[in-house]
Amino acid sequence: MAKITLNINKKDYPLEADPQMPLLWAIRDLAGLKGTKYGCGVAQCGACVVHLDGEAVRSCVTKVIRAAGKKVVTIEGLSETNSHPVQKAWQEIDVPQCGYCHSGQIMSAAVLLREKPNPTDQDIDDAMAGNICRCGTYLRIREAIHTAADLQKKTGTKG
Amino acid sequence: MNQDKTGLDRRSFLKASLMSGGGLMLTVSWLSSFKSADKSEMLNLPEQWATLNGYIHIMPDNKVKLICPNPEFGQNVMTSLPMMLAEELDVDWKNVTVEMGPHDPAKLGAQFTGGSNSVRMYWKPLREAGAAARQMLREAAAQTWNVPVGEVTTKAGILSHSSGKSAKYGDMASKAASIPVPKDLKLKAPKDFTIIRNSKKNVEIKKITSGKPLFGLDYSVDGMLIAMIQHPPAFGMKLKSFDAAETLKMPGIKDVFTQKLYADDLEQGGFDTRTFNDLLVIVGNSTWEVMNARKKLVANWEPAGDLKDKIGGRGGVKEVTIPGALESTTTQLQQMQEYAAKPAQELRRDGDPESAFKNAAQVIERTYNGPFLAHNTMEPMNFFAHVTADKALLVGPLQAPGWTEPMLSKLLNLPPDKIEIQMTRMGGGFGRRAYGHYLYEAALISKKMKAPVKLMYTREDDMTYGIYRPMYTATYRAALDANKNLIAFHVKGGGIPEHPIHANRFPAGAVDNYLAEGWQIASNITIGAFRAPRSNFNAAAEQSFLDEVAEAAGKDPIAFRLELLKRAKEKPVGKNNEYDADRYAGVLELVRDKSNWNKPGNEKYKRGVAAYFCHNSYAAHVVDMVTRDGQPYVERVFSAMDCGIVINPDAATNMVQGAVVDGIGNALYGQLTHKDGAAQQSNFHNYRMIRMNEAPKSVEVHFVQNDLDPTGLGEPPFPPVFGAVANALYKMKGKRYYNQPFKDETEKVI
Ligand code: FES
Ligand code: FES
Repeated sequence: MAKITLNINKKDYPLEADPQMPLLWAIRDLAGLKGTKYGCGVAQCGACVVHLDGEAVRSCVTKVIRAAGKKVVTIEGLSETNSHPVQKAWQEIDVPQCGYCHSGQIMSAAVLLREKPNPTDQDIDDAMAGNICRCGTYLRIREAIHTAADLQKKTGTKG
Repeated sequence: MNQDKTGLDRRSFLKASLMSGGGLMLTVSWLSSFKSADKSEMLNLPEQWATLNGYIHIMPDNKVKLICPNPEFGQNVMTSLPMMLAEELDVDWKNVTVEMGPHDPAKLGAQFTGGSNSVRMYWKPLREAGAAARQMLREAAAQTWNVPVGEVTTKAGILSHSSGKSAKYGDMASKAASIPVPKDLKLKAPKDFTIIRNSKKNVEIKKITSGKPLFGLDYSVDGMLIAMIQHPPAFGMKLKSFDAAETLKMPGIKDVFTQKLYADDLEQGGFDTRTFNDLLVIVGNSTWEVMNARKKLVANWEPAGDLKDKIGGRGGVKEVTIPGALESTTTQLQQMQEYAAKPAQELRRDGDPESAFKNAAQVIERTYNGPFLAHNTMEPMNFFAHVTADKALLVGPLQAPGWTEPMLSKLLNLPPDKIEIQMTRMGGGFGRRAYGHYLYEAALISKKMKAPVKLMYTREDDMTYGIYRPMYTATYRAALDANKNLIAFHVKGGGIPEHPIHANRFPAGAVDNYLAEGWQIASNITIGAFRAPRSNFNAAAEQSFLDEVAEAAGKDPIAFRLELLKRAKEKPVGKNNEYDADRYAGVLELVRDKSNWNKPGNEKYKRGVAAYFCHNSYAAHVVDMVTRDGQPYVERVFSAMDCGIVINPDAATNMVQGAVVDGIGNALYGQLTHKDGAAQQSNFHNYRMIRMNEAPKSVEVHFVQNDLDPTGLGEPPFPPVFGAVANALYKMKGKRYYNQPFKDETEKVI
């Protein structure tokens, strides 16, 4: 056990944790933020994607100690008012079915859009292939990412 | 369970009462619409399941609240059901809010999500509930204003009279509650719909995009413990002994113990299927601590031998033997071949198929295989339980609370009114969460620990101890006469542990001589409903076979099917044909026209078509395949659906697109194999799921426009995707694909 302070969504969480614990479980069980999802635990599905100093990481295979001293952003902190261009596009296109995979989808898409403000379908396929959706909402995810790119251009908001 | 055992045709009733804070609460029997067109879709359902009730609240602030009785797993029922209500109630959609109801069979009925039945079942009763409430509100206004009720009109939640008087629904709701419920209701004609058929956004979309704790795994209370189950390494094994000394030394671990799920001789319901009965349970403070400590557990396993289960149900109590063998896919395939050669149960016979085959100019015979499939809902199985001496609270993802409560009551020795079940949004269901064993497990663990507990399956637990789509095979034979007419059709299908045959479906009814037979092999590998049970195999096999028969007959595959459907319509063969030949033909014609089938401009694509009827709806797809990076890729799909009136078109389109993507994925990659009883796939690294880069560029969805009562959509678009993919692959590769999954056919076991 070690004392680790995690900065999640601009807030400090002083935690007692096994340093080997995956960041996912620190976020969910210790910080109590349930938006980040568990889907596979082995970096295969993308349900657990969060931003670590702005990079998309799979929190299920990221040791909590790696996040100490860095900025963690989860779906709850992507924007204060549910208004990040990706969130807005998701709402507009009404992307989800069950919705379980979409925290991870949205977090992956937000990084893609920051790096590639005008992603092609190919860029989207490459960047999003790590996020599984059993409900099969991929077409709408693609569409929503293009919509988010347009919104981002209009509003100048970046992920 | 306090459910009425009424017939299916009982007239609905409405009961009004005053809410404590004022306002109108309407209790509705949801029953009136539910005339089952097709009992076979309700396979294994308890007799009383069709009795359903729900609540409508009209609040003083003019808000309308619907308690959604049916759990949401992505079929968007939390949006589409309130739309029906709002339509007849004549309220502003902005004022409608929705809450998921707890399990409350006396008020809310069976609350079953599955069988693509939610919209179909609620269609009439919800509109009646809305219309009745509107009528009572008008009456209340008429009395208050002292004018004839016929002169009171409504518009978007406002009551008015030509004299200039007007009031909000909320103002009249309390008074309306004392008005007798009208006996005769006039429902809107479809042409007057203003909400139905107009797309509305998912009522929970904003919660989803901001990561609100909607799902079972997200539910948490103070002091909640985490439990996991160490299952045997293989089906057919059981626990012999264990040593938890090292596990118990790990931080945060509370206990390790064995727990029997069902006592010997306990009568089970049809949906009480569980993977294992003797559970080795690890309980601790947090997920990671339990996961970690579990690795230190030393367990010894032994063959379980044959087991006996008592299964109750419609046909009375049956004793079934679950064989103890450690099964492997290779031996299962051999066993299936042996059974396929034996006489089977006759399911339907028309004409004289034996003579027709003997006299045929050409006979085509093909055998199709399909593996076990794991549901792989993105949220693994889990449930929260807090059981105390005199009551139990259970919270989590569950499709059919009404089917789990009786067993829960027996296991906990608590009456149903002391058991509260709350359904969270589900991270996928696809049939898997109709089997509540994981809820029973959670309840027993909580009882033992005397604490609130969340039982959680890891992905590996979820995949390797599932309630799978059965393993299927079917041999199809077609007889053509000298003029290439289809004169006889024979299907003999079997499975582990159930056969896939729907004997009364197309092409039954369209062929003079027809024979359907089924057989099954008992197994200890647990199976259950998987998105469009049985159909999801049949539509692959039969639709692929019909493609081959059409080719042998020298006919276009769509034209060939349409000819058969014409026959089925004009001079149907036999009785009990389940489908409407006109509607079936309708989706084929629509997809033919929308896809420009056989028209120039599509040369780039290898095209495959398939159509299917199940769960009361009709679906047809044209799949357009190209080669990309040396691999077959479905780039474009055209879909035609007939599910009657489409309540929420955009959400319905989403559902069909999703089913198409899911279908392509399962057809190409889906398979769960076993070796000596152990699942050979355990997580997404070796159970391949379709991903973004493999999803089509477009899935163009078209609905047949009609005013028929709506039917389901969650399942029907899924099965024919398999057939359409197989048929497109044939065009691309020049060979037929008989075995699922189609990808890497030469390398795989099945
Ligand atoms: S849970 Fe981390 S990638 Fe699946
Ligand atoms: S929406 Fe259900 S898994 Fe993606």
